[in-house]
Amino acid sequence: MAKVEAKRGLSEERLREFLREMLLIRRFEEKVEERFRAGELPGFLHVAIGQEGVAVGVCQAMDDGDVFASTHRAHGHTLARGTHPNAVMAELYGKMEGCSHGYGGSMHLYDVERGNLGANAVVGGGLPAITGAALSFKLRGESRVAVAFFGDGATNIGTFHESLNLAQLWQVPAVFVLEDNHWAESTPEIQHSPIRDLSKRAEAFGMKVMKADGQDVEEVHRVASRALKHARDGKGPVFLHVETERLVGHYVGDPQVYRDKERLHELQETRDPITLLREKLSASDEEFEDADREVQELVDASVEFAKAATDPKPEDALKNVYA
Amino acid sequence: MPELSYREAVRDALSQAMRQDEDVFVMGEDIAEMGGSMGVTAGMLDEFGPDRIRNTPISEIAIVGAGIGAAMQGMRPVVEVMYEDFLTVSMEQIVNQAAKHRYMSGGQLKVPLTIRTQGGAGWSPGAQHAQQVEAWFVHVPGLKVVFASTPADVRGLLWSAIYDDNPVIFFEHRTLYGLKEEVPEELEPIPIGQSRVHREGSDVTVVATGRLVHEALRAAEEAESDGISVEVWDPRTLQPLDLDGLVASVKKTNRVVVAHEAVTRMGFGAEIAAVVGEQAFDWLDAPVERVGAKFAPLPFAPVMEEYVVPHAADVLEAVKRTVARG
Repeated sequence: MAKVEAKRGLSEERLREFLREMLLIRRFEEKVEERFRAGELPGFLHVAIGQEGVAVGVCQAMDDGDVFASTHRAHGHTLARGTHPNAVMAELYGKMEGCSHGYGGSMHLYDVERGNLGANAVVGGGLPAITGAALSFKLRGESRVAVAFFGDGATNIGTFHESLNLAQLWQVPAVFVLEDNHWAESTPEIQHSPIRDLSKRAEAFGMKVMKADGQDVEEVHRVASRALKHARDGKGPVFLHVETERLVGHYVGDPQVYRDKERLHELQETRDPITLLREKLSASDEEFEDADREVQELVDASVEFAKAATDPKPEDALKNVYA
Repeated sequence: MPELSYREAVRDALSQAMRQDEDVFVMGEDIAEMGGSMGVTAGMLDEFGPDRIRNTPISEIAIVGAGIGAAMQGMRPVVEVMYEDFLTVSMEQIVNQAAKHRYMSGGQLKVPLTIRTQGGAGWSPGAQHAQQVEAWFVHVPGLKVVFASTPADVRGLLWSAIYDDNPVIFFEHRTLYGLKEEVPEELEPIPIGQSRVHREGSDVTVVATGRLVHEALRAAEEAESDGISVEVWDPRTLQPLDLDGLVASVKKTNRVVVAHEAVTRMGFGAEIAAVVGEQAFDWLDAPVERVGAKFAPLPFAPVMEEYVVPHAADVLEAVKRTVARG
């Protein structure tokens, strides 16, 4: 199976990298849940367990110089784009060594050097700036693409419609990645959208639509690569509709009273992107456990790093208000 | 010295910045062929082309948001929001995005965006095309707020706003566009945060912004005939505020009137009164008087509009009230 896939473009080695990346995100988020429940992490948290294939597939397809905006569910995107787990964990602990130096937190992870223009806690809030970043690339003649991540819930808000309209009108190099997990917090898609195929909203603007199964990281990567190339080649923005599954609650501690437990269990059994890739690669237990141990060590080390990192001084709160 | 109208002065600052710097561009509704609803960008399309004098859909969220995105990439966009009232449509982008990206990123990002907008009563536009909303933005950490009252000031301040590395909300007043005065041959940038004394005086300081600067100057002339010497002090930048300049004037006159066209209650003048109370209480001979619009949306009928917004006579009365306190 893996050899057949390799013929389509990606080497088995690359897929193993993807598996390791997804595992890193999974173990990182499990650890974050654990530390949160232990009372070590301030604020509150959203994990993206089940959606790792989208983060890894898209972020691994991006080039150096590309930029992206993330959402309140940002750990995966940030790690997948290469920010060190130490920097992400330190941010969750509110430390100076964090990727936002303690000013942001889980919902505001930034790493500008790696193109991360910030995770946004306002649903849909980051989309207009992605259109603007893409406009600047076009005006300057730069071969760069701006990528927006957002969920199905965001397709109902004005920023979504205005950003897609402007991006298509001006033919800017942007890729709008819909992570369609079918839930806006606790509200199912059937209750928040009158149409079932949300990509029709992009088609209404005349935008190129591409679709991928988010639980198949290889497919996400393949389609995202095409989408990025389309945008980079000056052919206009792309709406990348990725069907995915949130295999956990909206926030850490969410009892999910609104969700059918049998259905959730079934999804966890059949639609876990890590299990699916592991099966595709026919990875042995030993191989999988080796990779798992390696990322687990990284994650454990990130907690140690974060705990030992520097607390900001209270008065640091008054820095960075103005440039 | 050339004479420029306030409108021409805005255009001159924009054009000069665009000539020297490819990273400066303008976008907004109807700004290209039409030259903007106030004619500010008239003729600029011919010189700079449609990429840089960029007509947009009626889409304030996306226009402001696209400005933020381009600014974060190091460009210096100037976004025109046709009326101040429409800033409310893009409020989320201004308050949660433009103002906070630098902070939330721990200093990694800058947002050198200028949002030009205008408003002001006096021509019966009704309740959704003339209100003055500067106080809403002064309340937001991360934003700078400018309100220029003369051609020379608007030119020098707009230049500084464009080259400021922070988001600047730049207010212009609808009724001032035709106002003309001689301006320096060379554009002289005016630092953000530097106030201006339009008229020196010794008895009362009138803190005035926008159109009310001119109303205050008229009131000052009338007061002079009654033997009252009025200083007209214009902060020009509302955020950051030139505290030293304000306190210096108050220490000289010992009486303060604040005058703006926006609604008095919770207005910018309330902050001035508070700051004066904190920093110059011992120099005050009378309570701070406030002049502003009455607490109502702007009405349409001219007699009602005239009644709601303040004029020179209101400033003069306030000046006399504060002097009468002894």
